[in-house]
Amino acid sequence: MSASLDQHAASVGNRSHPLQTWQILLALAFVLAVGKALLPPGLVRPPEWMILPFDDWINAAFDFIRNDLGLVVVTRAIADGIEWCLDVTGNLLYGRNRWPRIGPVPWSVVLVSMTMLGYALGGWRLAALAGGTILWIAVMGQWRWSMETLSVILVAAPVSVLLGLVTGVAAWRWRAFERVLNPLLNIAQSMPHFAYMIPVVVFIGVGPKAGAVVTIIFSVPPMIRLTLLGLRKVPSEVVEAGKMSGASQWNLLTRVRIPTARTEILIGVNQVIMQCLAMVVLASFIGMPGLGQRLLQMLQALRIGPAFEIGITIVLIAVTLDRLSRAWAMRKPVHHNPGTSWARRHRLWLIWAGLAVAAWLLAQMVPYFHIVARGQALSLAGPINAVVNAFLDVVSPFTEALRRFLIVQVLIPFRDAILWLPYTTVLAVVAAAGWALGGWRSALVCLAFIVPIAMTGWWDRAMITVYTVLTAVTVAALFGIPCGIWAAGKPSRARRTLLVCDTLQTFPSFIYLIPVVMLFGVSDVAVLAAVMVFAAVPLVRYTVEGLTGIAPEMLEAGQMNGATRWQALRHIRLPLAFPTLLVGFNQSVMFALFMVIIAAFIGTQDLGQEMQRALSATDVGKGLVLGFAVAFLGLMVDHLLMRWSDRVRTGNRRRQGAA
Amino acid sequence: MADPVIRCRNVWKAFGPDPAGHVRAVEGGAPLNADGHVVAVRDVSLEVRRGEMLVVMGLSGSGKSTLVRCLSRLIDVTGGQITIEGQDIGALSERDLIALRRRKMGMVFQSFGLLPNRTVLENVAFPLEMRGQERGARIARARAMLELVGLAEREDYYPRELSGGQQQRVGIARSLAIEPEIWFLDEPFSALDPLIRKEMQDEFLRLKALSERAIVFITHDFDEALRLADRIAIMKDGAIEQCDTADRIVLDPATEYVARFTAGVDRARVVHAGALIQPLNGVAVEGPPVASGDTIRVLARRLIEDERGLIPVADASGRVVGALQRKAALDLLVGEAP
Ligand SMILES: Nc1ncnc2c1ncn2[C@@H]1O[C@H](COP(=O)(O)OP(=O)(O)O)[C@@H](O)[C@H]1O
Ligand SMILES: [Mg+2]
Repeated sequence: MSASLDQHAASVGNRSHPLQTWQILLALAFVLAVGKALLPPGLVRPPEWMILPFDDWINAAFDFIRNDLGLVVVTRAIADGIEWCLDVTGNLLYGRNRWPRIGPVPWSVVLVSMTMLGYALGGWRLAALAGGTILWIAVMGQWRWSMETLSVILVAAPVSVLLGLVTGVAAWRWRAFERVLNPLLNIAQSMPHFAYMIPVVVFIGVGPKAGAVVTIIFSVPPMIRLTLLGLRKVPSEVVEAGKMSGASQWNLLTRVRIPTARTEILIGVNQVIMQCLAMVVLASFIGMPGLGQRLLQMLQALRIGPAFEIGITIVLIAVTLDRLSRAWAMRKPVHHNPGTSWARRHRLWLIWAGLAVAAWLLAQMVPYFHIVARGQALSLAGPINAVVNAFLDVVSPFTEALRRFLIVQVLIPFRDAILWLPYTTVLAVVAAAGWALGGWRSALVCLAFIVPIAMTGWWDRAMITVYTVLTAVTVAALFGIPCGIWAAGKPSRARRTLLVCDTLQTFPSFIYLIPVVMLFGVSDVAVLAAVMVFAAVPLVRYTVEGLTGIAPEMLEAGQMNGATRWQALRHIRLPLAFPTLLVGFNQSVMFALFMVIIAAFIGTQDLGQEMQRALSATDVGKGLVLGFAVAFLGLMVDHLLMRWSDRVRTGNRRRQGAA
Repeated sequence: MADPVIRCRNVWKAFGPDPAGHVRAVEGGAPLNADGHVVAVRDVSLEVRRGEMLVVMGLSGSGKSTLVRCLSRLIDVTGGQITIEGQDIGALSERDLIALRRRKMGMVFQSFGLLPNRTVLENVAFPLEMRGQERGARIARARAMLELVGLAEREDYYPRELSGGQQQRVGIARSLAIEPEIWFLDEPFSALDPLIRKEMQDEFLRLKALSERAIVFITHDFDEALRLADRIAIMKDGAIEQCDTADRIVLDPATEYVARFTAGVDRARVVHAGALIQPLNGVAVEGPPVASGDTIRVLARRLIEDERGLIPVADASGRVVGALQRKAALDLLVGEAP
């Protein structure tokens, strides 16, 4: 592979020249760093004149839109509509005192309904999962918070699905629109969660409806993407058959294209639901009640037991929603045998109706089955606390020492080193990387992403974010990749590992903070640990996928040549898996960036902390500038890694063709 | 004879950034595929009459699908004109086109093109639904169609629950639901395995006999073409090399390419007695005649045992239409060039 890399580099750079352009750039970076003492200050830190007041401009623009254009009236009206829906679901799920005033529905009725739904979608296993989750929530006295959270998802997910579907269809229909939309979606999907919240707070304020709106906005992009993908994938013969059947454009869309794209669209729904859950938990920062808020309070008070319980609830809800919606997406229609009676055809509906009525009657007679009162709820907080404390007593000398060591010996020196670098060095390194991987074009793209960050005036903060992400991803790679290699050793192990990774990825990011706060308290190390764990998941996953996705012939060829297991891994499997691994790194960096920002509230000095400040001060300008800075960092890494992966892939293919 | 139902004059179809310009260049002598252009259909003229079945055949990539998509105006032609019952379909508005398809056209696709979310019955009823037919009537009609293709008990199945042959039957039933006068079939049987394919061809011949339609049938399989065709059009690189009856194509290939194409076939199975006759010109031929519709293979025994040099040939009504030279027929039978 290195041969092909060199080859490519040669074709990119100047052939006759002994030094490649990117090497010169790297040398320049080195010189700038070494000669820092001699540099004029304008080359060490961005000079005053370079820093533009982006935040003031954005604030002015927002003021104009909000007040002078009166858009706030529109947004408030939309928010009121959403609030009305929230009232309805709120009333049904946890008895909020609003129209239609018939709730709350007894938990036992919800229990049978969800169990039946699970059964209908995926048999006994899903029934047990869905039923178990509801039972846990009810019996552990988490009903109200969970329902507060779910009532928002119940409103936000459908709205966002609808928005995404319409936008996706429009993008499919009009190429020009898609061309405008695509870069916007790229940026939107690399913006940290908090960047979405601030503008919403400006327009709508804080509280549940703002939380719902931000949840909707945040979860639309994947729906658009998958709608587009699904519509593109409809086989042309199906469309032509529709046309020959005399379908009009509208009929083609609604009766041929969209139904045929069903699976992709429903996977979009699944993504929307998961994104909604992730966001709604975080929306506690802007006053959304529910599980997120409780978790935040408990974490801030360092009450590990209750935090743990809430964590389990969130995880259970996440897994249940994910599995149910995925089962729905994957469900294939099955015929009934001719002559099947109506009752048999609708058997599950009838059973559900019967069970629901029975549960309702039971709830009328025994209040416990309606709502589990405060005193009746079980709690594991005591035992969990005891176990955790016992555990901490054992490990805390180690973790304490580890924390000290890491902070004093590793992290702070490394951070200081990164902060010490002149910004021009960083720019030169970035340009060199771009040039090495994709020629002058990539170098320009990378600079276009990073120079604006220098111009925001948040350079030092951004470098701290870079340092955190860099450290976390490096450590994650050090244990994630070996884990992946080990897991890929046996097919059954690989499958199980992928399942675990899948499940871990469905958890809202917030959850990862619980164990690290438990172990390391509120500190830099805790943030790093959370980011690390979160970032390791995609690495493990893509390592396994890369190693198991290799065509068997390639491996057999290696065996014929008498390669040992280790040689096969080193010379055949890892190089072939490398492009996939790069995709894993890419996702890992993205996840790390998101997590760093979320983790900010347990104490960092990076962009995330500033973002939190902007949020509490509702400073849209600052918030968006910081959001863009984070997004640009992510997009730059994405560009570099994807270029690299493409190149290695074509290199591999060329070698295979030559072989 | 009646006017042709489908008439196609000098039709061109090119793909690429500037199809029309490219076609002009090709007409002026430029190479076929240049600057990212592909000429899929090249100066094609043909006619199909009511009750007639034209089989278009050629290797994969020779432009058959593109041609039939032009005929049904699933794609617009780059040059030339296609008329259906005298009406230029290139000039039809979207609305008239939809109306034309709803009234007159049916099409069967190679990979079936069934709607995965609808049952077999709903699939067959789909064209009727698009027509706005009322539910009860369209269900009844769709049932009748499924009966016709022998899938009545599978009406509640979903396409993915059926085998390939069954799915294609659904495709055929759907294309026949509106009683089309014009029937397009684009390699309908090539996704099926050989046994099923034979069975489907028989089925197809039965359905074809039920009513008089103009049929354009695409295949890349010469045997299939021979079994089914009234006339065969052989395509190469988008152009029609020869369009004629099977006998003429075998006996008198118009180009080198067609000759090579037909080289491997057993001509005795293809050529009919009627294709070999010479006029009587007053010569009296004695004895019992053979039927002009029989192939030489079918007549083999009689040709060997008969001692006459000239054997009379009679058409379907029994009238003697000419004479068959025994030696020429025997040459054909043993595989020597006439
Ligand atoms: N939509 C299209 N765009 C570009 N080229 C096409 C398109 N459709 C067909 N072609 C080209 O036209 C030629 C004829 O294709 P087709 O009609 O599908 O052949 P056949 O059906 O005989 O196999 C092929 O070279 C094919 O690549
Ligand atoms: Mg074809």
